[in-house]
Amino acid sequence: MLPIATGTGFKPEHFAALRESPRSIGFIEVHAENYLGDGGLPHAMLADLRRDHALSLHGVGLSIGGEGALDAGHLRRLRALCDRYEPQSFSEHLAWSSHGGVYLNDLLPLPYTEATLKRVRDHVGQTQDVLGRRILLENPATYVSFGASTIPETEFLAEIAARCGCGLLLDVNNVYVACRNRGEDPADYLRRFPHQHVGEIHLAGHDATTDGHGAPLWIDHHGAPVADPVWALYDEALRLCGAVATLIEWDNDLPAWPVLAAEAAKAQAVLDGLRQAA
Amino acid sequence: MSAKTHLTAAILAGSLATAIGLIALDAPAQPADKEKCYGVSLAGKNDCAAGPGTTCAGTSKVDYQGNAWTLVPKGTCVTMKTPKGTGSLQPIKG
Amino acid sequence: MQSAFATALLEPELPPPAGLVAPADPTQRFNVYRNNVVFGLVRALASGFPATEQIVGAAFFAAMARAYVLAEPPRSPVLLQYGETLPDFIAGFAPAASLPYLADVARLEALRSRVHHAADADAVSPSILARLDPTGLQQMRCRLHPACALLRSSHPVATIWAMNSGAMPLQEIADWTPEDALVLRAGQGLTQRVEIRRLPPGGGAFLGAAQEGLPLGEAAAIAFTETTDFDLAAALAALFTDGLITAIQTA
Repeated sequence: MLPIATGTGFKPEHFAALRESPRSIGFIEVHAENYLGDGGLPHAMLADLRRDHALSLHGVGLSIGGEGALDAGHLRRLRALCDRYEPQSFSEHLAWSSHGGVYLNDLLPLPYTEATLKRVRDHVGQTQDVLGRRILLENPATYVSFGASTIPETEFLAEIAARCGCGLLLDVNNVYVACRNRGEDPADYLRRFPHQHVGEIHLAGHDATTDGHGAPLWIDHHGAPVADPVWALYDEALRLCGAVATLIEWDNDLPAWPVLAAEAAKAQAVLDGLRQAA
Repeated sequence: MSAKTHLTAAILAGSLATAIGLIALDAPAQPADKEKCYGVSLAGKNDCAAGPGTTCAGTSKVDYQGNAWTLVPKGTCVTMKTPKGTGSLQPIKG
Repeated sequence: MQSAFATALLEPELPPPAGLVAPADPTQRFNVYRNNVVFGLVRALASGFPATEQIVGAAFFAAMARAYVLAEPPRSPVLLQYGETLPDFIAGFAPAASLPYLADVARLEALRSRVHHAADADAVSPSILARLDPTGLQQMRCRLHPACALLRSSHPVATIWAMNSGAMPLQEIADWTPEDALVLRAGQGLTQRVEIRRLPPGGGAFLGAAQEGLPLGEAAAIAFTETTDFDLAAALAALFTDGLITAIQTA
């Protein structure tokens, strides 16, 4: 279990700052695939930080929603990484990213049907078996839906969690981005989300923009402060889920450490407020 | 005469003695690494964030044999002097 | 479903797959995914090949990398080494044909990534040299550290790299001679860094032969054949002081 506190994604640019004040955040999160090299400085840095930070490994390449079989070699590498760093949490996405041996490097959407439900259930089960641990599955940021879908995403996730015994990673920014892109109410989605399974919350920045035809479009770009409507949704999420470990994701246009730390402190204040009220 | 015949055991042994001397001279330089100066890590390449909206990267066709659109070289190849002069890249059609 | 989706992602000419639903134009929405895939991979390549990008400029690099991404998308979900075949692609990329050295600069940068992520291993202490039997040196074989790599170029690749990575000011290369470059990790633990060095005459031949497992006597002979300027003592000392040897085997 991650500590009930706020963390940030770790980037090598922030190593010196983190090392100087190791108690400044509750935990760090890294993308598992960036640490699947054999050795060198990335592992030296992560091993050093691991000594005094709780760790969340966040996979981005397993393609749990893929039509094909999971990559057994990749699963084994992830297991070895978990054995090496003993993270407090391992999470992945309700999405696919590989097809026919090609890795597409994006978290791609899938229709929600009985058939895909069974496939995702199998893949989550297999992942938990190989990793020997319970994982968290994250709701995706999406830009399209499928006419073939018959199950709402919240029900789909609830069913996966109930049947596999996995937890859920509630990405509040993804809720906002995906719901706005679908023309739905993010608050309504949040109310229908299976709160009891949430083991971590993600917050990030997005870009409210327009497509090539001038129609509104929300992009999950992780390159800006968390937007005000997402902070409001976060309040609501905590009210529904209770206090949950919360991560600030900032991957593009990386700011100086104090800016990121301030964003984490802002989330921590919301968490602290909730605990005092309780 | 093959190259190998030039290289007698004596040459090798002499080089070894010199090398040992060079290493001894080098030795005091080692502790400099103790400074609090961390190495520079290459950025991780796997990401779960989106790119910038709908720029044309994924949507336009590139036919690099064509020349409909002239890409003006802006790199250092334009200023770096080589025996063949400065570099000039060919147009890439966008 | 995913087959059509995946194909359309990498084929901008194709319409998006059937069955997509959105309150706006589904093609516009699908283009977000197209853009994410291609832009994300181009960005990954740019981060691994900064000197190559510097030489041709960001716009040309992006167009070239994009052509590479569509021709050779990644085959692994781990992108750390994605772009290992970019140098060969550049060598056959007609618009860059006027920069014959560009592929080798990219080769050097691909090796830099490989060395950065290569396995850790303990190097043999330089003090072992003093304990060696001089007569056995001829037959001694060395195992080189996994985190070192050699590039033998017919261009002044190390100098060009240095001038385009901020290590050296950009200036005229009056002496356009072939260079051998060594990529290695210097320092240890948190202070380690990847360095690129131009090897002295014969250094590439010697190191290449030693890396192939030839006895040092043969490696030295090969280097002397290439150039009488080869400094064997300096090359031997460098092998050990740079921590390039993880094991030695005496006959």
